Amino acid sequence: MIESILRILALTRKELLAVLKDPRGRLTLFVPPIFQCLIYGYVASYDLNDVPFAVLDRDHSAASRDLIARLDGSRNFHRQAGLFRNQDATRWIDDRRVLLVISIDQDFERRLMLGQSAEIQLLADGRNSNTAGTAAGYVSAIIAEFNAAWRAAHGLAGMPVQVSLRAWFNPNLETRWHMIPSLIGTLTLLQTLLLTAMSVAREREEGTLDQLLVSPFRPIEVMAGKALPSVLIGIVQATNILLVAQLWFRIPFEGSYLTLYTGLTVFLLSAVGVGLLVSAISATMQQAMLYSFLVMMPFALLSGLATPISSMPETLQQFTRLNPLRYAIEIAERVYLEGAGLKLLAPDLWPLAGIALGTLLLASWMFRHRVA
Amino acid sequence: MSTAASPPVLEGRSVSKGYRLPTGEAIQALDAVSVEVPRGTLTALVGPDGAGKTTLIRLSAGLISVDSGTLSVLGENVARHPERVQERLGYMPQRFGLYEDLTVGENLDLYADMHGVTAAERSARYPRLLGMTALEPFTRRLAGQLSGGMKQKLGLACTLVRSPELLLLDEPTVGVDPLSRRDLWAIITQLVREQGLTVLVSTSYLNEAERCDRSIVLREGKLLAQGPPTEVSELALGRVFLVQPPAGQSARSLQARLIDDPGIVDAVPEGGQVRVVTPGESGKDLAAGIALRGLEVAAAEPMFEDGFMTLLRSTPGEGLAAAGSMTLERPHHALREDVVVSVRELVRRFGSFVAVDRVSFEVRSGEIFGLLGPNGAGKTTTFRMLCGLLPASSGTLRVAGMDLRKARASARQRIGYVAQKFSLYGQLSVSENLEFFASAYGLHRRRRRERIAWALEEFELERMIRLPSGQLPGGYRQRLAMAIALLHEPEILFLDEPTSGADPLARREFWRRITALAEQGVTIIVTTHFMVEAEYCDRVAIMDAGRVLAQGTPAEVRGWTGAEPGHALTMEDAFIRIVESARGQATSRSEHAGGAA
Amino acid sequence: MNTHGRSLHGGALARARRIWSLVRKETHQVVRDPSSIATGIVLPLILILLFGYGLSLDVTNVPIAVVLEAPTPEAAELAAGFQLSPYFDASLLTAMHEAETLMLERKVDAIVRIRPDFARELSLGAAEVQILVHGTDANKARIIQAYAQGAVAQWSARRAAEGKDPAAGPVLVRDRLWFNPANDSHHFLIPGLVVLVMTLIGALLTSMVMAREWERGTLESLFVTPVRIDEILLGKTIPYFVLGMIGLSLCLLAARFLFAVPVRGSIWVLAGASMLYLLVALGAGLFISTATRSQFVASQITVLVTFLPAFMLSGFLFDLRSMPAAVRALTTILPARYYVAVLQSSFLAGDVWGVIVPNTAALAVMAVVVLMLNRAITRKSLD
Repeated sequence: MIESILRILALTRKELLAVLKDPRGRLTLFVPPIFQCLIYGYVASYDLNDVPFAVLDRDHSAASRDLIARLDGSRNFHRQAGLFRNQDATRWIDDRRVLLVISIDQDFERRLMLGQSAEIQLLADGRNSNTAGTAAGYVSAIIAEFNAAWRAAHGLAGMPVQVSLRAWFNPNLETRWHMIPSLIGTLTLLQTLLLTAMSVAREREEGTLDQLLVSPFRPIEVMAGKALPSVLIGIVQATNILLVAQLWFRIPFEGSYLTLYTGLTVFLLSAVGVGLLVSAISATMQQAMLYSFLVMMPFALLSGLATPISSMPETLQQFTRLNPLRYAIEIAERVYLEGAGLKLLAPDLWPLAGIALGTLLLASWMFRHRVA
Repeated sequence: MSTAASPPVLEGRSVSKGYRLPTGEAIQALDAVSVEVPRGTLTALVGPDGAGKTTLIRLSAGLISVDSGTLSVLGENVARHPERVQERLGYMPQRFGLYEDLTVGENLDLYADMHGVTAAERSARYPRLLGMTALEPFTRRLAGQLSGGMKQKLGLACTLVRSPELLLLDEPTVGVDPLSRRDLWAIITQLVREQGLTVLVSTSYLNEAERCDRSIVLREGKLLAQGPPTEVSELALGRVFLVQPPAGQSARSLQARLIDDPGIVDAVPEGGQVRVVTPGESGKDLAAGIALRGLEVAAAEPMFEDGFMTLLRSTPGEGLAAAGSMTLERPHHALREDVVVSVRELVRRFGSFVAVDRVSFEVRSGEIFGLLGPNGAGKTTTFRMLCGLLPASSGTLRVAGMDLRKARASARQRIGYVAQKFSLYGQLSVSENLEFFASAYGLHRRRRRERIAWALEEFELERMIRLPSGQLPGGYRQRLAMAIALLHEPEILFLDEPTSGADPLARREFWRRITALAEQGVTIIVTTHFMVEAEYCDRVAIMDAGRVLAQGTPAEVRGWTGAEPGHALTMEDAFIRIVESARGQATSRSEHAGGAA
Repeated sequence: MNTHGRSLHGGALARARRIWSLVRKETHQVVRDPSSIATGIVLPLILILLFGYGLSLDVTNVPIAVVLEAPTPEAAELAAGFQLSPYFDASLLTAMHEAETLMLERKVDAIVRIRPDFARELSLGAAEVQILVHGTDANKARIIQAYAQGAVAQWSARRAAEGKDPAAGPVLVRDRLWFNPANDSHHFLIPGLVVLVMTLIGALLTSMVMAREWERGTLESLFVTPVRIDEILLGKTIPYFVLGMIGLSLCLLAARFLFAVPVRGSIWVLAGASMLYLLVALGAGLFISTATRSQFVASQITVLVTFLPAFMLSGFLFDLRSMPAAVRALTTILPARYYVAVLQSSFLAGDVWGVIVPNTAALAVMAVVVLMLNRAITRKSLD
């Protein structure tokens, strides 16, 4: 038993040495995750901070100017032009020079004065419907402010029903708060999976696997010695991302580190299990790499990172239950933002542990089978 | 056209070329070398590892360019107009770049297309090439599924899809068995004699250099000799003797004693005797006289190898490592009669293909047992089964009384294994590799330090300790692989083609160690393509097509085919005869069967 | 002698024959390696299906809790409004703490709280509805907020129409979404799919192929033949170019027939821009492959510099307008960005030359630069 553990530790040490000794290896393992985390922290956002728009003001009244001034005053909107003809509006949107055109009819102020409802028209570029929807939402909010101000100024009654909005766990609804904790799982999955799959494939391609198997190493020890370093490296990567999230993006951490790292360890074990499975079916490093990629893509797309799982059709939602990344993202997010404890996380932790166990068992069976 | 007066096809004047290793160390691969290859000749390029052979060939092919000096090939300055030269020469690199996922035919077509060979020329040439290389039945097989020897032959065929004016071959016979090697040489000599082709070929088989018109001997980037091979052989004229071992002593242990003797240039076992090269002519050399005192000595004709060794020993440079001093800390004192490895009716099938067919043999403790056979004979498959890497389809095998596949992991503690190709962690340094494998074999703390210190000293690896093992020079890689296989002092050592691609010096050093180990009771099972090396073995088995064709002591095997009296067969001749006669029977049997059907 | 050699090996016919032979060789290799097929055909198919059926930014059937603390008729009417909405899957509760538990367990994504004194306040003209959303997925949360507000607004508009309340706000917004009136996120995800597939085949697959030839030593043998560098490069480019165009066709067919996403622009513009992008991607893959000469390193770098940026920085998923100026400046060197712009217009808007001309021009320039770079770094030499 002790001999066995010593052998596993020796293999772990060798793996870490092989990866970390080469400056190129250290670089590709630790710098890209941090760099990606920084870039995507800024990029992966559905919040708009620069909406180019144009105005087609046919009224030229004090009221219309007031409305436009409110838009101009918003941080998010940047007026590109005042237009005069409908065709212009079409062209500016077509050419993607603006995202929105706000068109105000010539009887705008007159109708307001008469106490009637006045309409403004909002044309949005729907080529990215999500962006357009968000931008339209911003405009609605500004119009609501305008309405409230107008009512107050003209002694009208307030709205009969006020909607008070509050968001839990992410008061300003920043996409980044969702994105960065999700990246902890996403970025570490890609690298640990690839690292594990490639390291076994490399030993097979270079013939060193035989050398290991004629020594007292048992197949199960070889597997353990491959899994452990990948999990360790994954933990270091996750810690780096966690540091970026807190020190750079200043996203407050609500949960307990013990809970987070427990979840991460189970997740990394399942990632390593998948990596070992991939290595078991790959004959060469090229195949290991391409197959890793082949499983990574669906994992990433069906994880809830970019699009919500609840928007997927029912069958695919069921399928996401096999996706370790789905659970990792949920765990990271819930511990990080909600401060959820192990008990609340149980519905995520159990399936994840199941995936880890299943893949590791299957991989070790295939490994022994293939070595045969 | 090709008269004696015509300028040489390849002419180098003070050619120098240096490299920088990834560690920053500068290597002078060629140092002011002046060589020439006359038209219509077959020239051999020989020298130990790191002599600069590959560099010279790549320079000639225009793949790299000289640092200083001039090299003209086919009348052109290669450095300046590589493409003009490349259109006219054929080049076969050491590892020929066959596309393994293309078939034999597709590989040939690709190179024919690259050279713009017309359909008419192909229909004339292909049958000949395929016939010469015996690849005819395999044109639709993927190149990746060919045996090593067949791949080399295909590589040569691809190089010869059209007639080049100059053919450059970089170690074309490495890893190729004697039969295929003979075929390859037959093709090459035929091309030179019949078509007036000029060939420059590098080789580490010195008996191959003997067949060439000229030889160029390099060492550590410097030219040692150039001219007809006989000039090199004659360096040893009057200094070569065949020594009869005294009764009760094996040729191998006499050889071991003689090669360690500073008064002797070279000693190798040959046909039950020891071939010895002395530094001076007969009787004039005192030291050699002492070494050979009391032995029955007969003068012999010098061969190229004798001259080559004389040449190397007479010029300063790195010598043999002190391999003979190799001692185990704990010699094994098992009785000679103990059967350590026994294989009975061993069969291994891959699908319908029978790779190993009812193989049986026994190896006793302290024996050196050689498995010989052409490429694809099933040697490596047998090896892998013995080491527990592959399950047998049927039959029994026992290694130290166990089947390693089923035995507990710790049972593998008793064996050591050196794989066919270098299979240590290339990116880890020498000491890191040693430490890892020491732990793998359960050596810890003081014991580990002691064993590693022993390995570094025995194999003279201290100098290289920090170098990543992938960047070690060839000879040192071999030493490291051996050191690791011996760290845990195994009782049984498996060596799969350990000397393939090794130069003559490294091979001597290697065998000196092996014989020393055997003296101390280690059982050794080895496969090799060098038939002369079979002379070091106590017993050998010759395999082909998965079956054992002959088994016994080297002397018995040599006598197997009934050599004519007075004319001793070399091991290589005996091997070729045995395999060919077995193949002949197999063909005639299948022809009979076909006729009957 | 030289002129003789030139005419033998330098003729146009000989060159064409050599290129054709290299193309055939590469094709054999692609077809025979299961992992190439997996990346070139299977992965695009998986992506098509996932993008077509799986991924959607559209929020529907959001599980929410409507807490009705006093079942007055007005409150019940409002709650019914949520229950009838196609966007929500509302469960009716009476106690706030129950709802909070559901939200903590993430069984609901939002809580609509209608207080006990809702009816009384409404009669005074100042009632309040509380909407609490689970904010971790900010985008989804914002969409839920908007839908919830919409549901409340609809209800109050209906009351106003029935004369129960004063009219709603003086200014109403009538928005029209051009090019995608159905507000279906498929319409902008499909162009993204095309970019991913083209990048995958173009860059990822080719990033391995030159490195593989270096690693296996096959280039050494090839170099010492009359073949020229540009012929080797063409021999590598053409098969993957064809594979890329097959991938494009698959995507277009799927878009048209499976997902009914229209192609409003000319198919020729789409094809032209795709070819240019494919050339850039192929060139980038080959360049990385040649520069690193190692399959492992090449694949890592390719994922980092081509695939992930195409996914994250091209503007198909995350709008360029959401990015800080520095990152946006970085995207100007990304070919995927220009390709996405053309694709989105071609699919959804039509032939908008104001978009097509500058973006295809950028792609063309990049293609030329990348191919020239390849020509420059690939030399028939082992030095």
